[in-house]
Amino acid sequence: MRLAVLFGAVLALAGCSASWGWYVVDPSTAKGAQNLGFLLSGLGMTIRLSATAILISVTVGLLVALPGLSAHRGLRAASRAYVETVRAVPILVLILWVYYGLPQLSGLTISVFWAGVIALALSDSAFQAEIFRAGIQSIARGQYEAAYSVSLGYRDTMRYVILPQAIRRILPALGNQLVYMLKMSSLVSVIGMQELTRKANELVVSEYRPLEIYTVLVLEYLVLILIVSAGVRWLERRLAVDERQ
Amino acid sequence: MPAPAMIRIEALSKRFDAFEVLKSVSLDVAAGEKLVICGPSGSGKSTLIRCINGLEDHQGGRIEVDGTPLGRDRAARARVRGLVGMVFQQFNLFPHLTVLENLMLGPVRARGLSRTAARDLAMRYLERVRIPEQAGKYPRHLSGGQQQRVAIARSLCMEPKIMLFDEPTSALDPEMISEVLDVMAELAGTGMTMIVVTHEMGFARRIADRMVFMDHGEIVEVAPPERFFTAPESARCRDFLDRILNH
Repeated sequence: MRLAVLFGAVLALAGCSASWGWYVVDPSTAKGAQNLGFLLSGLGMTIRLSATAILISVTVGLLVALPGLSAHRGLRAASRAYVETVRAVPILVLILWVYYGLPQLSGLTISVFWAGVIALALSDSAFQAEIFRAGIQSIARGQYEAAYSVSLGYRDTMRYVILPQAIRRILPALGNQLVYMLKMSSLVSVIGMQELTRKANELVVSEYRPLEIYTVLVLEYLVLILIVSAGVRWLERRLAVDERQ
Repeated sequence: MPAPAMIRIEALSKRFDAFEVLKSVSLDVAAGEKLVICGPSGSGKSTLIRCINGLEDHQGGRIEVDGTPLGRDRAARARVRGLVGMVFQQFNLFPHLTVLENLMLGPVRARGLSRTAARDLAMRYLERVRIPEQAGKYPRHLSGGQQQRVAIARSLCMEPKIMLFDEPTSALDPEMISEVLDVMAELAGTGMTMIVVTHEMGFARRIADRMVFMDHGEIVEVAPPERFFTAPESARCRDFLDRILNH
């Protein structure tokens, strides 16, 4: 109820031309079209940043999860320690540390893009590791035994028997992480990454219309993520068919 | 002259924590012999056959398969694993692969066969279990009896010398039991060494060279089926047979 009132209030405000100045992003005017183009120009970077980071974090996550499921106590402890440590660091802190701290430590210069990718991927990999662990643990023991009985080694058992089934089961969770990654990529704006959020911030500084510009920003993320979600659901439907009993 | 032993088990013992599942079990199985093991649940019969292909390790005693002792040595374990096929109660087919892919995976990845050779091999064994027309389907589209026959064919594609069956018909609807048993009886006719854990006593009578009765982790009685069913020596075995034959 309260929500409806709030929503109604926002709509009323939108109808009140005194408080909204949509001219700032009105595509029918030259200036508005230019501003809109400027806002959208961050889209490619947001996508590239998130996609690169998620690819790395899924790989690292799997490489961390597998030793976590080993019979070897030391390997399990190392995997656990990685997950607990990395998971405890806020993403924003990690971004700052990788961009400003890591170059001092390593003597390498790291571009804004790669600092963003490393921080996002590192942070996400701890969560990916836990997701993979849950997925792999959900596969019945009989599958391992059957793979063993047809002489498959560890690598082949994982690659051809366990992971294809585990990945189908964790697809919803992986989709979640992808959405999360797209949203968290906005934090990389603090080190000057020219992605969606940074573009909006810059435009606000020159146009002084935060309401309209950030509303456009909200819509940009919303549309982007709705498309990604639909893609994940499509993939889930395609793959799930094989396992339904 | 007796046939050389394909499997030698000497004083095998195994425990899960404090519980002794196998207490000094000894058994020799000759090449080509068909052994049926029965006994009440919890008697250690499944554990015994799972020890033979190394699915379970043992704490005491010795297992030798075709001259290879099963122990910590990885190469020896791998060799034994290749000699022994296993059929499970729950089939354990790979649900994300088609029937044909289920059969081809081991031959291609573990035996190094080409895909063409593996496909030919798989089709040959699917014909032997009489379901070549199901090759392109996923396991979930098959009945339980068909799934178990696919599982048998999958094991045979590894061309083992020994086949182990762990209650292969216990998870099946009654009307599907005979199609699986028929395939197994046919396999018995080819000279394969077989150890079958089952409660299907009619089938046991038909194919067994020797019957083994286990109880509380021990082999209580070993006898040819005619004597086993008509004149069991131990009281425990008599009781067990009474219960399962006259229910």
